[in-house]
Amino acid sequence: MNSNSLTQYLDLYAHHREAIDARAPEAFNRLRPAASEALRRAARLPRKGDEGYARTDMAAMFAPDFGINIMRVPAPVDVAASLRCDVPNISTLMGVVAGDEFRPTATLQRNLPDGVRLMSLAEAARREPQLVEAYLGRLSADGDAPVQLNTLLAQDGVLLHVAAGVQCDKPLQLINIFNAGVPSMAVRRVLVVLERGASASLLVCDHSQRSDVDYLASEVTEIFLAPGAALDYCHLEESTPRTARSAALFAALDADSRLGLNGTTLTCGATRNSYAIHLYAPGAEARVAGMVIGSDAQHTDNDILVCHHAPRCHSSQLFKYILDDDASGAFRGLIRVDHGAAFTGAYQTNRNLLASTRATMHTEPQLEIYCDEVKCGHGATTGQLDPQALFYMRTRGIPEAEARMMLMQAFMADVIDTVTLPTLHDRLRMLVERRLSGDRRGCGDCAAACTNSLQ
Amino acid sequence: MDDILLKVNDLHAAIDGKEILKGINLEIRPGEVHAIMGPNGSGKSTLSGVLAGDPRFTVTGGSATFHGVDLLALSPEDRSHEGLFLSFQYPVEIPGVSMVNFMRAAVNAKRAYLREAPLSASDFLKLMRQKRAIVELDNKLASRSVNEGFSGGEKKRNEIFQMAVLEPRLSILDETDSGLDIDALRIVAGGVNKLKTSHNATIVITHYQRLLDYIRPDVVHILYKGRIVYTGGPELALELEEKGYDWIKQQVDNEQ
Ligand SMILES: Nc1ncnc2c1ncn2[C@@H]1O[C@H](COP(=O)(O)OP(=O)(O)OP(=O)(O)O)[C@@H](O)[C@H]1O
Ligand SMILES: [Mg+2]
Repeated sequence: MNSNSLTQYLDLYAHHREAIDARAPEAFNRLRPAASEALRRAARLPRKGDEGYARTDMAAMFAPDFGINIMRVPAPVDVAASLRCDVPNISTLMGVVAGDEFRPTATLQRNLPDGVRLMSLAEAARREPQLVEAYLGRLSADGDAPVQLNTLLAQDGVLLHVAAGVQCDKPLQLINIFNAGVPSMAVRRVLVVLERGASASLLVCDHSQRSDVDYLASEVTEIFLAPGAALDYCHLEESTPRTARSAALFAALDADSRLGLNGTTLTCGATRNSYAIHLYAPGAEARVAGMVIGSDAQHTDNDILVCHHAPRCHSSQLFKYILDDDASGAFRGLIRVDHGAAFTGAYQTNRNLLASTRATMHTEPQLEIYCDEVKCGHGATTGQLDPQALFYMRTRGIPEAEARMMLMQAFMADVIDTVTLPTLHDRLRMLVERRLSGDRRGCGDCAAACTNSLQ
Repeated sequence: MDDILLKVNDLHAAIDGKEILKGINLEIRPGEVHAIMGPNGSGKSTLSGVLAGDPRFTVTGGSATFHGVDLLALSPEDRSHEGLFLSFQYPVEIPGVSMVNFMRAAVNAKRAYLREAPLSASDFLKLMRQKRAIVELDNKLASRSVNEGFSGGEKKRNEIFQMAVLEPRLSILDETDSGLDIDALRIVAGGVNKLKTSHNATIVITHYQRLLDYIRPDVVHILYKGRIVYTGGPELALELEEKGYDWIKQQVDNEQ
């Protein structure tokens, strides 16, 4: 193993710079020099114990020698076709992302409403460079080393663009898939732009089709909401113990726009999700929620920054973890309220259940308030299932395992309720219930596992 | 001996290393109502908790046989399936678990134990309707979380409603009368009486004669300092109401 896991990627870039640039549009390429410079300054990837990385070792995550598809060898054509893993199966507007390569389902383009683009980001950047260049990299420019590394190597990903005034009523769905037979890293960019008054809801699912291969997803998402726009974004990870995820999501909210985020990790190996949400103009609202169900040696880290720059904005953070076995979790939630952000309402809750004595949780709730007229609150608790509730249920004949499951499901109810889309809400409930009932198959053996258990 | 429903023999139990029950003996036959009275802190709730299998308590000696089965060897859920029911002195609130899901899980768990198929949705709702009527429990509580935001009286009615659904062979009612107004007391006690048969039995833990006016005990026990120190007929409850516990306490404390 390399003593500095960043070096191998810098070397890769140095040796293959032309090949990478040749196979990516200018909107991506023009960002690389600054990213390269930022990485040179950072010198290494964050280690456990670094600021913001109290429990998560990014250097170790990136250390293995993953293959990166810089030569753009197409993924097997049958990925989309063979995909039976339609877990939530709520959408006819679906695209599969094999690594970083967007593959629309046959009916997608025909069914997309006018004014809605869901497509390959590289293709979009070639067709409409001004559109993509106006946004790509704007929010990620100051990101930390894992973000810069993504910028350094990214060649494709997904664009969701909704034109002004267009309400995309049907939910859109993306399924991120790993299915290579060799250890692979996907470097993926996602750009979401909702123009003035537009609205959409997007569900993103992560799956690894093989449970016997190491994968790493590096994902950077930038979301721009114009005045009055509304986006519901739900991310659901059901990967394998050998899948790692390094994800950063940035969002810029203009006046009276609304962002609802739900990030759920049901199964994974090691996952780091960081969110940076900026409320730039009055009346913007961000509701960020997430849940983690960890078992075995699963590690999940959610790092949230919500920054109020303007008056009369509202935000909430609600994160809950249930950790069993040797699972570990980390949560850092920061609410920052700038001088000008009077009449802010900002709340944060992190509650965690440890179902085993070996499971560990690290939580860091933080408030930075530089303004008087604000209503802010935060709370964090970590505990066990209520033994009295458990006993009460058992005296009514409910077997212990089932009683525990019911209590855990109840614990997650308010996070599930943040997902307002009824079909998705019900599916999420069911997936959580299935997960809590001890079904840890994930999607390793895709088709059979998912479709059967959802009957 | 065959017609003994519950036989408790020299039962000792402790919590956090502190012995609370110091040798309980009790015999209950089908069709009987036993009242257990006694001063605060004497161990009444501990006894009901130990019989129901509350894991906070450690049994340090003795035995309890429930229609021939070693009760103490069973999990709380299996004690329930075998026909034991505890109406809690302080019913537990379970946020996020609706009454209806809770009851469905309870009913179907018992059916699974008896190797019966789960109830259909309509049969289940019918059962709930029937049983609610017994204690005049408001239908609106069905969609609420278990005991959450229930009034004191609603909680106690809810306990007897659950008892009606589970049809136990032995019910332990731990201060089911506390917190009830006169009307509610009559309804709850009436519910208990409706559920009474010659095959089942009831242990009524109470501080007050007024409940025993409705639920007539066959035997009255006085529990004090972890032991049953006195057993008598229904007249004993009346005597306690009149004289208090001092005479019993003195008698026991002098013997020690
Ligand atoms: N967790 C505990 N740790 C230590 N002692 C306890 C604990 N729980 C109960 N006890 C003690 O056990 C004794 C018996 O309590 P118990 O609740 O059984 O009394 P009770 O007869 O039901 O009283 P009441 O009439 O007030 O309901 C009391 O002295 C009480 O303080
Ligand atoms: Mg008591």
